[in-house]
Amino acid sequence: MKKVIVIGNGMVGYKFCEKFVAQENSKDFKITIFGEEPRPAYDRVHLSEFFDNQDAKALEMAPRAWYEEQGVELITNERITDIHRSSKKITTAKDVNYKYDYLVLATGSVPFVPNIKGIEKKGVFVYRTIEDLEDMLAYAEAIQKGKTETVKAAVLGGGLLGLEAAKAVMDMGLEPNVVEFAPKLMPRQLDKRSSKVLQEKIESIGINVHLSKATNKILGEDTITGMEFGEYDKIDVEMLVISAGIRPRDELGKSCDLEMGTRGGIVVNNKMQTSDPEVYAIGEVALYNNMIYGLVAPGYDMAEVAVNQILGNNDVLMPADIDMSTKLKLIGVDVASYGEPFMPVEKGYSIVYENKTKNLYKRINVSHDGKELLGGILVGDASDYNMLHQIYLNGLPIPEDAEELIVGARGEGEGGFGSVMDIPDAAQVCSCESVTKGDICSSITEGGCNNLGDVIAKTKATTGCGGCKPMVVDLVNESLKSLGKEVKETICEHFDFNRQELYDLIKINKVKDYQETLDLFGEGHGCETCKPLIASIFASITMETPNRQVAIQDTNDRFLANIQRNGTYSVVPRIAGGEITPDKLIVIGQVAKKYDLYTKVTGGQRIDLFGAELHQLPLIWKELIDAGFESGHAYGKSLRTVKSCVGSTWCRYGMHESVTFAIDIENRYRGLRSPHKLKGGVSGCIRECAEARGKDFGLIAVDGGWNLYVCGNGGATPKHAVLFAEQLDDETVVKYLDRFLMFYIRTAGPLVRTAPWLDKLDGGIEYLKQVVIEDSLGIAEELELEMQGLVNKYECEWKQAIESPEMMKRFKHFVNSDDTDDNLVFVPMRDQKMPKAWN
Amino acid sequence: MQDILSQYETVTEAHVKEWFNVGEVSDFPENSGACIKYKTKQIAVYNFSRTSKWYATQNLCPHKMEMVLSLGMIGDKDDIPKVACPMHKKNFSLEDGSNLAGEDLKIATYPVKIEDGNVYIGFAD
Repeated sequence: MKKVIVIGNGMVGYKFCEKFVAQENSKDFKITIFGEEPRPAYDRVHLSEFFDNQDAKALEMAPRAWYEEQGVELITNERITDIHRSSKKITTAKDVNYKYDYLVLATGSVPFVPNIKGIEKKGVFVYRTIEDLEDMLAYAEAIQKGKTETVKAAVLGGGLLGLEAAKAVMDMGLEPNVVEFAPKLMPRQLDKRSSKVLQEKIESIGINVHLSKATNKILGEDTITGMEFGEYDKIDVEMLVISAGIRPRDELGKSCDLEMGTRGGIVVNNKMQTSDPEVYAIGEVALYNNMIYGLVAPGYDMAEVAVNQILGNNDVLMPADIDMSTKLKLIGVDVASYGEPFMPVEKGYSIVYENKTKNLYKRINVSHDGKELLGGILVGDASDYNMLHQIYLNGLPIPEDAEELIVGARGEGEGGFGSVMDIPDAAQVCSCESVTKGDICSSITEGGCNNLGDVIAKTKATTGCGGCKPMVVDLVNESLKSLGKEVKETICEHFDFNRQELYDLIKINKVKDYQETLDLFGEGHGCETCKPLIASIFASITMETPNRQVAIQDTNDRFLANIQRNGTYSVVPRIAGGEITPDKLIVIGQVAKKYDLYTKVTGGQRIDLFGAELHQLPLIWKELIDAGFESGHAYGKSLRTVKSCVGSTWCRYGMHESVTFAIDIENRYRGLRSPHKLKGGVSGCIRECAEARGKDFGLIAVDGGWNLYVCGNGGATPKHAVLFAEQLDDETVVKYLDRFLMFYIRTAGPLVRTAPWLDKLDGGIEYLKQVVIEDSLGIAEELELEMQGLVNKYECEWKQAIESPEMMKRFKHFVNSDDTDDNLVFVPMRDQKMPKAWN
Repeated sequence: MQDILSQYETVTEAHVKEWFNVGEVSDFPENSGACIKYKTKQIAVYNFSRTSKWYATQNLCPHKMEMVLSLGMIGDKDDIPKVACPMHKKNFSLEDGSNLAGEDLKIATYPVKIEDGNVYIGFAD
């Protein structure tokens, strides 16, 4: 058996292992991979996500168990100090020797730390590893302690990583100041104007930008207090993050006399071989074509080449031209650059579109004859990147009037692109996993895949950065269509019906429960899609609570609480309209204190209590119910809250009593199960303090009654509710709401909120008005009766649960023991507690 | 952290050293999962009452290391019995513990037998 040793367990080193073991003839080889960091390889590209969740595990490329299963020996926390090429051995820092047949250097890079006076001071950090981040976090917390004003920090370097670091600094609660030597941000990828657009956008969210600044010295005694650029030019900062580029970790290559580049990097040929044919170098340590490539995709390509060369597939070589196109979301701003982003006039012409009111910039560079796309830049909106990138890579024909590529075609019809199906089969759609258009389409036409999920499982497309997803979706849909396969919206493999059909079938046939539904209309055992969907249908028809058919409820509904990180639950009692007495507030405080719960006021004007263990839920609810509370249904696809402003009761502008009406409406529809969650709002005047137009239904008081708005929402795709009817009295509002909500519940698809439901409704808002106001279908009375039936049957499901010993059995962690889950660990946070992050 | 995960290893019927009684059939909800404790282990037990089949796996979801699989919804995909983790809906085969989306996540499985109305799970330790 031959031995392959990989030095460096980063993204590229890991990818080498993954690609190696996937090859048929890899069985005769044994891989050992060394990592200097304590943990297995993780996704450095998404390092700043560490701040959102502090979850190092989530960034892992693969868990330790993966290496074991694949027979790859992973040795972390071990630095290699020497390579003895003559005897084909390496030596570790612990002075252990390992023999190799092939050696792969994937040592990556280190941050470049410029030689500035005072750079060694406390409070100066580099941005590269999770450990760096943890050190920064601890320091940031220390310097903010006890201060009321925001503490300033600087990031040296305004490139990709620098801006990521600025985001990280901002997430730590510090004021970020980006210091760049060049006169523009992202100097390598963006031209001056696009850079300016980006700059204005990020300044608007609180990141200060200082351009054309050469740092002379770091100020302060032992600890940084500021940075000096010129004699009278300095800024005060208490922390500095250096992100001024990378330098290859090439010291091992140097010490064993491999050929090196004049400015560092280990020289490799197009087989990824160094000057010693049995030693390979890949990733950021490799100098190929006299360049170091600091992007992940070329690193993965190098890994692929090295794998094939070692396994004897000699014709897999690194291409001479390496695509340096990038697309990313920087601090919420889309930025992309592909091909030749800058265009000297002798090579071609540029077409530029800029709209600063929308922070948009688009540039394409075309050949002099206007027939070929040579490159471009997108800032603000990069949704066209995939298509433009493909056109550039494959030299696809472009519209006669090239500007259509960025401003769309004039008049009717589609934009300047052809169909995605025009791309050649060999075009690489997913560059992280090297998946071509041909791979994707043939997985459907020949490989037996029937949907997006199958295609992703088979090809691994989209599983890297995910940027290619929109294009993969289009390709999958077009390929399915080309086979004449109808893309029918059945709910899952167990039922050949859509939600509305099942709703009618269950209602007309008076089906009694889920198991009978499966017997009559489905097959198999069901799944996590059809079970909660059918549970919701039963609730919408009979108002049954989740206590009746426990096993088909989503976990939240099963335990009548929201399952949170680490498997604890949160508790939200209903506080209709946001109105609460001091006595009830005291009860919530007492309960939270007794059970040591983290408390937070929600966006729906109520109070959420986090960190309850399963067995505590009934005890907590017993106390709340005794004090007059009831379930807030925060865990269900059901009515959540009706938010209100104080209205005419207190407010000097108020037109009507918005709180009273909000309470009435919330109590009317409480417990109502629907295809998705429902939210309402009532504002006492047009100042709209209750944000009623951001809700599924909203009321705004005007002279002479209420204006009713429907089908709005906040969330990922915010949408204002649309004006539905004006100057209504209370009774008419309720009548219309009954009809509207019942019609939505009957006809919407699973997990479709009112706004997208309206979007898809044939005839749109006018049709909805005809059905609800003019009763064009003749079902208005039926809808009202159904709703009244549901309202009459309302029962608090928590009260139901704690009064029944049988129902209580489920609130126990173990069937065979009264022990509780001993894996729950909490850590303190701002005088309360939070779940401890796994690492 | 690694310790918590490493104590779960698939046990096949041939390697069972102890059949551990975890309760009566009626203690386990129908067509659903439930959790039992064996020494320091948490084991999820799944009762497919439509076909009277039983399965057992580790309760720990290897994705985010949370003790939650017994709370997940059970069902089948392409006739393979499965559980969907309640946190992020990762699907695992109850037959061999593999991730049904082909991801590098795997859970340990344990044999279950029913005798005289009692439920037994097979362990090798």
